[in-house]
Amino acid sequence: MEKSLELINTRIRDGNARVVAAEEMPSIVDELGEEGALKEVDVVTTGTFGAMCSSGAFFNFGHADPPIRMERVWLNDVEAYTGIAAVDAYLGATQQSATQGEEYGGAHVLEDLLAGNAVELQATSRGTDCYPRRSITTELLLEDMNQAIMLNPRNAFQRYNAATNSTDRTLYTYMGTLLPRCGNISYSGAGSLSPLPNDPHFRMIGSGVPIFLCGAEGMVVGEGTQHASRGGFGNLMVTGDMKRMTNEFLRAATMTGYGVTAYVGLGVPIPVVDLDVVRHTAVRDEDILVDVIDYGVARRDRPSRRKVSYAELKSGSVELGEEVVRTSSLSSYRMARKVADRLKEWIETGSMGDLALPTRRINPEGVSRPMRETQQAPRVREIMERQVISITEDEEIRTAAKRLLKGETNHLPVLDKDGILVGIVTTYDISKAVVQDGKHRCVRDIMTRKVVKTHPDEPVDIAARKLEQNNISALPVVDTANRVVGMLTAIDLGKLFGRRWMK
Amino acid sequence: MKLLITFSRKGGREPVIARIVKETGVLINVEKANIDSMAGEMLIDVPDEDASVVLERMEAAGVSVRVLEDAIVRDEEECIDCGACISICPQEVFSFDPDWRIRLHPGVCVLCGKCVIACPHRALSLQQ
Ligand code: SF4
Ligand code: SF4
Repeated sequence: MEKSLELINTRIRDGNARVVAAEEMPSIVDELGEEGALKEVDVVTTGTFGAMCSSGAFFNFGHADPPIRMERVWLNDVEAYTGIAAVDAYLGATQQSATQGEEYGGAHVLEDLLAGNAVELQATSRGTDCYPRRSITTELLLEDMNQAIMLNPRNAFQRYNAATNSTDRTLYTYMGTLLPRCGNISYSGAGSLSPLPNDPHFRMIGSGVPIFLCGAEGMVVGEGTQHASRGGFGNLMVTGDMKRMTNEFLRAATMTGYGVTAYVGLGVPIPVVDLDVVRHTAVRDEDILVDVIDYGVARRDRPSRRKVSYAELKSGSVELGEEVVRTSSLSSYRMARKVADRLKEWIETGSMGDLALPTRRINPEGVSRPMRETQQAPRVREIMERQVISITEDEEIRTAAKRLLKGETNHLPVLDKDGILVGIVTTYDISKAVVQDGKHRCVRDIMTRKVVKTHPDEPVDIAARKLEQNNISALPVVDTANRVVGMLTAIDLGKLFGRRWMK
Repeated sequence: MKLLITFSRKGGREPVIARIVKETGVLINVEKANIDSMAGEMLIDVPDEDASVVLERMEAAGVSVRVLEDAIVRDEEECIDCGACISICPQEVFSFDPDWRIRLHPGVCVLCGKCVIACPHRALSLQQ
């Protein structure tokens, strides 16, 4: 059995289409069966409201007199890309202010414009025969722009992996604040209310399909960047006219320690044309699984702690190993519902006009590959010091002092009798022991037992962050058996990165 | 009830809290303390029904006391009800109501400030 889009559009025009939010579909199907639901429901609306970094807008500012060919342009001190003709620019949501850092950025400019606030434009140029002017400063309102067209390269992810942190310190990430020792789990996305889980094979959502975008009618352009639908991580590139949007559905935010992002409200209406649509729009939170990723591992391929469903995430806590860990959402479910409800209202009242099928389908089998790196990021083994001067834990402090002096180093890894790393002593520890009382004799009594260390295959950038975060200047390099195979010092890093690492 | 007390230590090291506990029999819970050689600030929790007697004694002992009713304040214009604050707060001040709106129980807040930096929308602040 099928139902034509034509019939659905006629019902919309006549004002008697039955429109429901995706949340309601599972119980409708339970009650009426799939065939019954197909007969009963004409359109399912979806919605999501969350942090979507990959968002921004194209502006055309109009020509000044004398005219300028903008080479660099800032809106409220946030730089926009202007390598696209004289008075056009693209402002990205995550671009940070030159003066206020992560507390103000592209997303805030977009929100300010939607709120009706004036934005200061500054631009510079070298001046040409046709565009003689070299600089300009002016205040603009949204209505002063010729065009303000939002174009978001990557929005509305099908689902998003949840995040936790196994390290001993708080991490500040784009997934929000992650407490130490897996103290919390953060997640994003509206689960079964989000657009793409309701059309996982991209049959109804594709190029040209009308959508709700930040309070205005927008449109799907096509697949988003990094679209990976094969693995269940598809996303959309979308566009809409900013002049018709509202700041209720576009909100600037700052993930502390990470930077600026934009909260975008996005919803897609799905015409219920056949049983396949019925089945997919009846998706439940229990069916949508994501990994809980450990952000404590600073690599691209971070390990997963377990699979979890959106139903569990939304319940407020999840079991992780022996512990029950509280969850936090970064996106707003209340606002996602508001998007789906607003869309429903638009369709019921006919204000959105006809629905459409994709003019071009989005690849349902898309894969996103990692970056091809022609130069591998340098590894610790390439720059570490292989001649390690060490000491054992029961040697005397005097011996340690002599060895430090002789070796012209400030750090001695301390080994047990089997050559396993058990601690570290520095010149500072020794001076302190001598000055304080002289009552300690053994290295064991004064060494630091909790050693921050690295391994030979670790990328140098990660080792460098360890030095910086712990405010130390050397790391023992250990193999898998915790035997010291080298030392990495700020001086070694200095050779690689330049003066920044010379302490 | 939460009380924020500030005292100077110029007059010596009077065991103010201990004395009030002993004399009134009220169980005072110290939730946060910040004391240096000259002055101190303490966040204490006392049962509501005993608050007035504790307040009186404190003031008599020359300690300045402020009742913290809404220690943590949420700007409703900025808050979008995401819930990022929920799992951050050690005191479980935040939770969702059945309509996915954020609910606050500010009475148990210990002013640690964690939620203030975790809120992506800068909607939270500590009452000064
Ligand atoms: S984190 Fe901020 S915006 Fe989100 S619910 Fe809490 S107070 Fe509101
Ligand atoms: S300040 Fe600390 S205790 Fe108070 S609400 Fe925020 S996180 Fe909770």
